Amino acid sequence: MNKNTTEIIKLKLAKRYAKEKRFKLYGISAIAVSIAFLLSLLINISVTGLPAFQQTYINIEVDIDSKLLKLDSQYSEQELFRANYSKVVKQSLKAMFPGVKGRKQKRALRQLVSKSAIYQLRDFVIDNPSVIDTKQSLWFLARDDVDVFMKGGIDRSLPESDRRLKDFQLVWVDKLLSENRLEKRFNVSFFTEDDSREPEQAGIKGAMIGSLLTMLVTMLLSFPIGVSTAIYLEEFAPKNNKWVDLIEININNLAAVPSIVFGLLGLAVFIGLFGVPRSVPLIGGLVLTLMTLPTIIITSRAALKAVPPSIREAALALGASRVQTTFHHVVPAAMPGILTGTIIGMAQALGETAPLLMIGMVAFIADVPQGITDPSTVLPVQIYLWSDSPERAFTERTSAAIMVLLGFLIVMNFLAVIMRKKFEKKW
Amino acid sequence: MIDIEKREEFDIEIDKTVGKPFIDDAKFSTRNVDVFYDDKQAIFDANIDIGKNQIIAMIGPSGCGKSTFLRCLNRMNDTIQGCHISGDIKLDNEDIYHKHQDPVLLRARVGMVFQKPNPFPKSIYDNVAYGAKLHGLASNKIELDELVEKSLIRAGLFKEVKDSLHKPGTGLSGGQQQRLCIARTIAIDPEVILMDEPTSALDPIATAVIEELMIDLSKKYTIAIVTHSMQQAARVSQRTAYFHMGHLVEVNDTNTVFTNPEHQLTENYITGRFG
Ligand SMILES: Nc1ncnc2c1ncn2[C@@H]1O[C@H](COP(=O)(O)OP(=O)(O)OP(=O)(O)O)[C@@H](O)[C@H]1O
Ligand SMILES: [Mg+2]
Repeated sequence: MNKNTTEIIKLKLAKRYAKEKRFKLYGISAIAVSIAFLLSLLINISVTGLPAFQQTYINIEVDIDSKLLKLDSQYSEQELFRANYSKVVKQSLKAMFPGVKGRKQKRALRQLVSKSAIYQLRDFVIDNPSVIDTKQSLWFLARDDVDVFMKGGIDRSLPESDRRLKDFQLVWVDKLLSENRLEKRFNVSFFTEDDSREPEQAGIKGAMIGSLLTMLVTMLLSFPIGVSTAIYLEEFAPKNNKWVDLIEININNLAAVPSIVFGLLGLAVFIGLFGVPRSVPLIGGLVLTLMTLPTIIITSRAALKAVPPSIREAALALGASRVQTTFHHVVPAAMPGILTGTIIGMAQALGETAPLLMIGMVAFIADVPQGITDPSTVLPVQIYLWSDSPERAFTERTSAAIMVLLGFLIVMNFLAVIMRKKFEKKW
Repeated sequence: MIDIEKREEFDIEIDKTVGKPFIDDAKFSTRNVDVFYDDKQAIFDANIDIGKNQIIAMIGPSGCGKSTFLRCLNRMNDTIQGCHISGDIKLDNEDIYHKHQDPVLLRARVGMVFQKPNPFPKSIYDNVAYGAKLHGLASNKIELDELVEKSLIRAGLFKEVKDSLHKPGTGLSGGQQQRLCIARTIAIDPEVILMDEPTSALDPIATAVIEELMIDLSKKYTIAIVTHSMQQAARVSQRTAYFHMGHLVEVNDTNTVFTNPEHQLTENYITGRFG
């Protein structure tokens, strides 16, 4: 090389390296900022949400007296079911705190335990009728106020009027604590119960099943439709055809339509025109399919386009038909990309709230849906519903549900990575 | 310098293909074939016969249309956007562009090895077995194994890959990939094999294996090979066709082309004054 040229290059080299360094720095600081945001979000959610994974239980000596239950020596199953369990619970509590007087205090005493205690006792007695006329030491869900206290949410130093637990209630709680009758346990019912008006009883099972069913409908519809559309457009559709171009433009535009519009469309077309019931996973899945399709089609097409044409030529030259070429070689080669696109689309759908509000999936539903035509809600909508409630226990559950939702999203992304790896291994 | 030479080239008339483009026992015969990529003409009025059980070499400077012409013979050009072809191309006296002609069947009869190796992103075994499975050429696993092995041996690749048949074909070296593509093509036992610079990525030893294979195959099959190596053309082919800027300039017995070319352009090319 000419000496002069080398000098010129050398002179510029320092500048080029400086530029490279600067660019690297920008990149790293951008990543640092986003990680900081992400961390603060996660920490915030975890701090509020983690307590919801524990729940306070209260131990009571229950005197299952047949007289209190109003049961004769002979009783039918129905009588057993209808027996006065609430009285039993009330009396047992009274027996533990003999000095309680006055209506207000008596009511407060009853409210140490959750309303669900009555049903829990009923189920226990029905399952074990031999316990009638015996004393049993049973654990019940504590009321949300007690729960909040146990989790450190009530400050004793505040004046009584500013506290949710009054002085006399604190005395009871202290007594229970000293007798080891109050315990925080893992909150199983958060995962096994449906939504409820009583915060300590509210769980996310209904929403999880609802989400699952909705995702199932979305997946079953959007994957085959989206992928076959992409395959057709990419591999078979005539090029430079104005109809094909029109469809392409429309698909690209659909990807940019705000999701709530799909909700309105679903309301008008699926519910209004075809009479699909509201608030059910079926309609939710249909609407989310509309929303997910453009994502799946666009990413699948990109994946198909990335398959080198030489692969198609190789197959065609061996006498494979176009369909064989496509399905034996092109689609498998594009599969990792197609799956990634699909899972991204599904993850979007899983977290989507707005269009579901339009089709009535926002209702309070206290039953676990049994099928895709049972009313149900979904995780993000459940979060939205709970976030509206002022009770501390609901705030906790809002964050806990967000954590569960994030957990699902992470699992899905992880799955995407695994599937990519699996399909890529075939190469 | 080159510009001046090129201008000289333009002055030389390319009127009609000189030499002996037509023969009696033709496998392929093309008449008045023009090929266009959109508006750009890549082949001008190609008239040539390709003899049965012969090797024909196609030579010419880069970009003169050798690959384009070859791809007309198995209708691979059908897959290219904006490429259209006029004229007659007959295989065994049947028009291969006739509307009742099935391009899938045609391509099974006329195999092709591409200029750039293009193995499937599958195992070596599957690469070779694919065509045979597609056309049902093996009735069971043992037959298929045998066919794969035989094809790999003939392509001179078996020794190198016999312990890694189930490793990806894309993991082979460029030259190995090219031999894999050759093995894949001969596995379906085509009547005609079109080879577009099959040895351009191979070392002399592998090249010799492929050349031997071609000579061996030509006893039963018809072979058209594009090559930039005139020695190779001289070694393997019976006839040679010289292309120049889309024109088929001269076709003759290989011997004649290299010792006594008729056309000025052919002479320039083989004596190294051009290209
Ligand atoms: N797919 C295509 N679209 C448009 N033009 C093309 C296409 N393929 C080839 N051509 C053009 O056709 C002409 C002939 O190309 P071709 O590939 O047949 O040349 P070649 O003789 O095989 O060259 P080489 O020896 O470099 O392989 C070239 O001018 C090229 O630019
Ligand atoms: Mg070429």
